[in-house]
Amino acid sequence: MDPTRHRLRAAAVMSAAALAATAVTGCASAPDPGTVTVLNSATDSLEHAQEQKFFDLCAKPLGVRVRQTSVPADQVASKALRMASSHSLTDILELDGSEVPQFAATGGLVPVRKAGVDVSGMSKSAVTMGSYRGTQYGVARAVNSLALIYNKDLLSRAGLKPPTTWDELKRTAKKLTHGSTFGMAFSATPDADGVYQFLPFFWSAGGDEAHLDDGKGAPALQLWKDLVAGKAASSAVVTWNQQDVNDQFIAGRAAMMINGPWQVPVLDQHKGLHWAVAPIPVPNAGDPVVPPIGGTVMTIPQTRDTGRQHTAAKIINCLNEQHNQVAWGESVNNVPTMTAAAAQYARQNPKLAAFASEVATARSRTDRVGARWPVVSDALSGAFQSVLTGGASPRAALKQAQARATAGE
Amino acid sequence: MTITATGAATAGTRPPAERTTGGRGRGGGLLRWCFVAPAVLYMLAFFGYPLVRNILMSFQHYTPRTYFTGSSPFNGLGNWRAVFSDPLFTGSLWHTLVFTAGSLLGQFVIGLALAVFFSRRFRLSGFARAVLLLPWLVPMVVTSIVWRKLLDQDTGVINTVLTGLHLASGPVPWLSSPGVALLSAILVNVWIGIPFNMVILYGGLQEIPRDLHEAAALDGAGAWRTFRSVTLPMLRPVVTVVLVLGFMSTVKILDLILALTAGGPADATQTLGTVTYRLSFEQLDFGQGAVVGNVLIAVSAVFAVLYLRANRADFGRGK
Repeated sequence: MDPTRHRLRAAAVMSAAALAATAVTGCASAPDPGTVTVLNSATDSLEHAQEQKFFDLCAKPLGVRVRQTSVPADQVASKALRMASSHSLTDILELDGSEVPQFAATGGLVPVRKAGVDVSGMSKSAVTMGSYRGTQYGVARAVNSLALIYNKDLLSRAGLKPPTTWDELKRTAKKLTHGSTFGMAFSATPDADGVYQFLPFFWSAGGDEAHLDDGKGAPALQLWKDLVAGKAASSAVVTWNQQDVNDQFIAGRAAMMINGPWQVPVLDQHKGLHWAVAPIPVPNAGDPVVPPIGGTVMTIPQTRDTGRQHTAAKIINCLNEQHNQVAWGESVNNVPTMTAAAAQYARQNPKLAAFASEVATARSRTDRVGARWPVVSDALSGAFQSVLTGGASPRAALKQAQARATAGE
Repeated sequence: MTITATGAATAGTRPPAERTTGGRGRGGGLLRWCFVAPAVLYMLAFFGYPLVRNILMSFQHYTPRTYFTGSSPFNGLGNWRAVFSDPLFTGSLWHTLVFTAGSLLGQFVIGLALAVFFSRRFRLSGFARAVLLLPWLVPMVVTSIVWRKLLDQDTGVINTVLTGLHLASGPVPWLSSPGVALLSAILVNVWIGIPFNMVILYGGLQEIPRDLHEAAALDGAGAWRTFRSVTLPMLRPVVTVVLVLGFMSTVKILDLILALTAGGPADATQTLGTVTYRLSFEQLDFGQGAVVGNVLIAVSAVFAVLYLRANRADFGRGK
């Protein structure tokens, strides 16, 4: 036999075997006892470093290190699911508040109290945001909401005060509209941004996300429609995410906008821009504002190792001590969730006090519909998009939305 | 790769007699399989398995819970029924077809025109060709974001120019009107696809012997006649490749749409790609997402088969 052929055959057999071997070996390494792992969405390098600072501060006394894995916010859920299927989920999983029910429903999260997290002194709205069917699975350090942010110069020049009711909003916005400036700007994109912005109007009108077709939310759609049809807001709002809305406001092309406190650092970069925050207008004077509450929560995934769960809980407890919450809230311009910390935050940041008072009563998106929220959210965005683009009347759109939201049941 | 290459080389130098016996012997058969095995295993692991998995998944109740418990009960045609009865799906199927046909038509016609234009050499033609390639180098998401700014209704450059030149009476709602948004997406995708079409077709044109054109000219054929009777038939195999590859990359469009319109306004730009994304990664209903994915695969498969048949016909004729 030709020796070359022998070698060749051996090489071919080996390469085939090696390929087969890599295909069948699932590699799950044992977790390092000295390291607590975190999955979050801190992909921005500054934010990542900031997170690490707080983690280090809290991990050091426990003699452990914290290692973060950060992926873009909209990929955290699918990344976490992939990790779950290979039993490599991190010790702390930081989810968006609206994703908690879907994960809690799988039985894959540990109730935080059971793991040893102390949640006393936390605002009711923050507790609700991290809860599913009455059990708390997630702890938010700081939360955000939405408010009316207005250009002080443009309003005072027109001799106007920030509107408090819907009628005032329509009138004020109309008066502020001239040239290339619209009176009002908001985001109506068919995604989380647009839905988040629609909710304060929908809820203030008495709308119920579990029964979209009860007609109570229709006036909110009508308000948005009136603003756009009356040219007090651009018809391009259906393409503007919250970032775009902020850009329009900064460029002076919108006198008022709906936006959140996370825009503050960007707004502050523009020294010539004088802005202030007011509550979102309500249907009638004296009605309560019902803004949505948003932000991320820390959850503890179900692992077989309760020791690791307790360590994770201790770190979460430390991160939620009053001074840490305030410092964290200030670094990300969100409001701390401990009532005492929120009060201190409001005192130290008077400009954002409006947000601080709001989040205490703000509503969680998943409170009523739980794990069905993504479907309901989709249906709701379909409703305002078709109303704003002239495809349907508010009532018809909500009827359609309800059909869409319950199609899978 | 290396192993196969060496194998071929060694086999080539061996005396013919030994090669025949070796090739037919039992040991030779095994050897042959070992050479084929890596490729087959690779195909099975990275194409076969996901394909079968995706088909199975479309018949399963596959949700976040599955990832934790590993259980995904079969639910028959439940997912298929849910997806097919959803008007969003039928709409997206239609949008996908319009988007694909429109994009291919635009890309191909402009790409071919440019390729023919550049096939005659002139000063700076190389430079101009290089510049035209630039859209290809820009990542899809960047392209979409830039176009989103350009097409902005109130402040976009395009509307500013159009109204400034009095070509439009008012701002065109490029991305904010359900009637126009799909057209805008097609226009952007045409812009992206022109370089690819141009480069491949230009290459094909270079392969056509010059004397054929000269012969046609001697026979008194005009430019259009030469193009129709000489250039196009000679270019046929290349045209097939360009169109099929273009089809494959267009029909599964996702990133462009997500960054440009996110499927809006009022679902006017939802495609099979965005619906799959929405079902699987936003609503986390992987079973229903798999249904749409399978439809996408089926559509692609039909065209892949057509391509292979066309290719075989061309190949046969070439012989």
